Amino acid sequence: MHELSIAMNIVDIADEETKKANAKKVYEIELEIGTMSGIVLEALEFALQEAVRDSVLGNAKIKITKIQAKAKCLNCLHVFEIEDLYSPCPNCNEFKTEIISGKELRVKSLKVE
Amino acid sequence: MCETCGCGESNSFSIRKPGEAIKNNPEHTHTHSHSHLHDGSEHAHSHSHAHTHDYNHEHHHHHEESDHAHHHHDYQHKHSHITEIKVETDILHKNNLIAERNRGFFEAKNIFALNLVSSPGSGKTSLIERSIKDLSKDVNFYIIEGDQQTMNDANRIEAAGAPVVQINTGNGCHLDADMINKAVKKLEVENNSLLIIENVGNLICPSLFDLGESKRVVIISVTEGEDKPIKYPTMFQSSDICIINKTDLLPYVDFDINKAKEYAHQVNHHLEFFELSVKTGEGIDKWYEWLKSQIS
Repeated sequence: MHELSIAMNIVDIADEETKKANAKKVYEIELEIGTMSGIVLEALEFALQEAVRDSVLGNAKIKITKIQAKAKCLNCLHVFEIEDLYSPCPNCNEFKTEIISGKELRVKSLKVE
Repeated sequence: MCETCGCGESNSFSIRKPGEAIKNNPEHTHTHSHSHLHDGSEHAHSHSHAHTHDYNHEHHHHHEESDHAHHHHDYQHKHSHITEIKVETDILHKNNLIAERNRGFFEAKNIFALNLVSSPGSGKTSLIERSIKDLSKDVNFYIIEGDQQTMNDANRIEAAGAPVVQINTGNGCHLDADMINKAVKKLEVENNSLLIIENVGNLICPSLFDLGESKRVVIISVTEGEDKPIKYPTMFQSSDICIINKTDLLPYVDFDINKAKEYAHQVNHHLEFFELSVKTGEGIDKWYEWLKSQIS
């Protein structure tokens, strides 16, 4: 459900940046979404369909780049890809790990005219 | 979020003190217009071509087509320029900025702010009620209640004896920093006090929204599954404190408290635990000691 809030924020950012650049149209927006960002990508895509209506993003291509979440083990410093937030380090079985990427929720770029 | 069509964020929330009638917030009125295109013309293609001319003039131009036919009219040069803007902005930056403003305000006034999160029914309101009753001599309480609807929780808190405002989020599933910013003004929180924000009962959405709190407290009760921390890890990961409530019911349920803590620690090894029963008061002194140590 919070994906709709996220989608509305994306539209607001696009709107602001487009105005700042004195542009009229957005052809493409690129988003970076981490796999552990707390967002369901399908839900975000669905919410965006509604949120972009009558906005600068109305006809824009939405490009979503997924960022694979990675964690670093605080015991052996091993860096590994994670699919959840509760698995131990595959190298030494330590649970004390730190997420180093995958929390991203970012508007990366806009292509405007 | 807009109640009429679900098209906005926090457009129709209300902030009220107990007994106060609902009124529309003029800052949050908006109009709804919807266009429904069913002819497929929403599908726009853009093509950019670079042409190098003899006189070394290079430009990009653009054709918008919805019929999938490609016409190259080299004699009709439309001069348009596609610019790439490097935005690199966190989608939640607006919320995060307001949250930091709230945090600065709290720090300046020496307000210790807690964001209480849990599933519905874990005992957030009961814990606040009891804390007010037991500690009101030592602590200045201020409470912000968050629910989709009703003033019920605010009425309970008022009866317990603390100043309170109720945020009704309408269809919204979480509180955000802007709501707290407005609610705090309405509540007129005094210096050197404890502000408890009871978030909407939901273990998912509130985890992404920083409110400017000093500490986030997640509550689970023993009538829930012990695997909740790994089922809803984002919330446990973003919290500082974990309260396990309703421990008086442990003899009657299959809740393995050590297992629950182990799961929670797997998700977040910084979590600090309090095991207590709001009903019987068992274990609640440790919570009170911690609260008092934070605000002194």
